[in-house]
Amino acid sequence: MSVLVFAEISDGKFKKATFEAVSYGRQVADMLGTEVVALAIGNGVNTADLGQYGAQTTIHIASSESFTPDAYAVAANAVANEVNASIVIVSNTYTGKSISPRLAQLMGASLATNVVSLPNTTQGFVVKRGVFSGKAFSFVDLQRDKKVIAITPNSFELATFDSTGTTTSSSVSLGSSGLSITAVNKVTGKIPLTEAEVVVSGGRGMKGPENWHMIEELANILGAATACSKPVSDMEWRPHSEHVGQTGITIKPNLYIAIGISGAIQHLAGVSSSKVIVAINKDPEAPFFKAADYGIVGDAFDILPQLITAAKN
Amino acid sequence: MKILACISVVPDTTTKITFTDNNTQFNTAGVQYILNPYDELAVTRGLEIAEANGGTLTIVHVGKAEAEPVIRKALSMGANEAIRIDAEPTDAQYVAEEIAKIASGYDLILTGRESIDYNSGVVCGMLGSLLGIPSINVVTRIDFADGKFSFDRDIDGGRESITCAGPCVASAQKDLCEPRIPNMRGIMAARTKPLQVLAPQANANFSKCTSYELPVAKSGVKLIDAQEAGKLIDILRNEAKVI
Ligand SMILES: Cc1cc2nc3c(=O)[nH]c(=O)nc-3n(C[C@H](O)[C@H](O)[C@H](O)COP(=O)(O)OP(=O)(O)OC[C@H]3O[C@@H](n4cnc5c(N)ncnc54)[C@H](O)[C@@H]3O)c2cc1C
Ligand SMILES: Nc1ncnc2c1ncn2[C@@H]1O[C@H](COP(=O)(O)O)[C@@H](O)[C@H]1O
Repeated sequence: MSVLVFAEISDGKFKKATFEAVSYGRQVADMLGTEVVALAIGNGVNTADLGQYGAQTTIHIASSESFTPDAYAVAANAVANEVNASIVIVSNTYTGKSISPRLAQLMGASLATNVVSLPNTTQGFVVKRGVFSGKAFSFVDLQRDKKVIAITPNSFELATFDSTGTTTSSSVSLGSSGLSITAVNKVTGKIPLTEAEVVVSGGRGMKGPENWHMIEELANILGAATACSKPVSDMEWRPHSEHVGQTGITIKPNLYIAIGISGAIQHLAGVSSSKVIVAINKDPEAPFFKAADYGIVGDAFDILPQLITAAKN
Repeated sequence: MKILACISVVPDTTTKITFTDNNTQFNTAGVQYILNPYDELAVTRGLEIAEANGGTLTIVHVGKAEAEPVIRKALSMGANEAIRIDAEPTDAQYVAEEIAKIASGYDLILTGRESIDYNSGVVCGMLGSLLGIPSINVVTRIDFADGKFSFDRDIDGGRESITCAGPCVASAQKDLCEPRIPNMRGIMAARTKPLQVLAPQANANFSKCTSYELPVAKSGVKLIDAQEAGKLIDILRNEAKVI
């Protein structure tokens, strides 16, 4: 038996979310007295990186095929069989979420996405997952012998090991895909929102897209991703991919700074799992202050320049 | 062209979530149910494609009779017919197993990106695998031309364009379209459209919810004077240690 971790490769590199998945997999393997195997499909990566975060073995399938959930799930299932994996860990990213249901189906496994905890194996195999778009958590017992778990980025600490692990090449081939990818547009130099540790977010209080340079400047200095409220993306001040909340993206950064956002229940749903929340609003009665750790009552246009200056030092 | 749209019925977004029975049951008292916002997009775009290509749109829901007003809403948007599989779903995998039993023969199957109650995002990929067809998650564009479907989908840190000859299953993301609002004629017509109720057939033994928990409430906000806003950065660095 083993624990298999699906290691995502993006632009020839592993992401932090993948290292978290590997460290998580290692801890699960240690709990169950078994080993963790990472599966990397792609080219040009340094698999020793996975060893550092806990992978005892890495299986590498060299391939230049782009990610498609149907083809990759077939390969991951074949490898899971080969290494006798009863548990597979993926990251709860777009990639991880698109492969995990197909893989679970092929394996006949129970699947839990949005997972934020290690399994509790004292009574069954219970994991904690986010539900109601951030408004609550549920504990679910995964009943099948095999399980696939998608863990939420930034919910599990990295562990480092003094090892590179061993890497073996595999000749398992990808399944065929019914999909043809015709174009890929990656936003370069920006941190994906779901994986960011710090997020600076603006609402309608920012008055218009021409003022976003201040949000972006602060975000740049802090190494943060930018986000916005729903009306801001509805009015096309910002791309929809930045819209957080119950009908947007749910995020879980270490720090969320909300500027000129009222704090409606649907907005809070998507951000309230953030470790530390800062609200900046000129209205002392804004609901966001009830959900925040730190607050500044004042005009964003006075406060942002002060924050930018202080952050530069 | 035959299109199938899977709909889930979820608490209205303003619902304050609470639990009963020692945190083992979701408290449904006073909760208003709505069509899952992403599914509203799936139904709308499905209708647009069906109408442009002389096709039909069927709605499917796995759930109890209480969901019928929401199913009728989807019919009033313009769908031709609906199927309700009469079961209380235990999880998204079970839902996918039930839908797979009735989903062959469709050229395009649409779901939402996720349901805003259980947020699994699982049904699209599971259905694809069960039916042996491609699945495309979080799509922001669907077009049909020259006998092929084409999609844009969100990927981590960007967007990707994809084509597929079909049949396939795709999950709707914001930006796909503007949700269609039913008109009076649609509402009247929906009353008599066929709504077939089928008995469940699948096995529900994937997972079991044992209890719920609410997030820990914040202990109170610490206010910083707007005149000395720069202090916030110092606090975040040295007290909260998050930057
Ligand atoms: C079905 C449904 C789903 C929804 N889903 C989401 C969702 O996923 N995400 C989401 O965000 N919303 C969502 N909403 C919308 C939500 O209800 C709110 O309308 C929205 O979050 C408000 O955005 P806002 O705070 O930017 O704007 P407003 O409510 O207009 O608030 C602007 C805030 O800025 C402050 N302000 C104004 N000027 C300044 C200034 N100069 N300096 C400092 N502060 C200033 C004001 O005091 C105010 O508090 C949803 C609504 C519905 C009905
Ligand atoms: N009970 C259900 N009946 C029909 N379709 C559903 C049901 N639950 C979820 N779905 C579909 O699957 C999508 C994703 O749901 P989930 O995997 O539960 O997040 C939803 O947007 C719906 O399109």
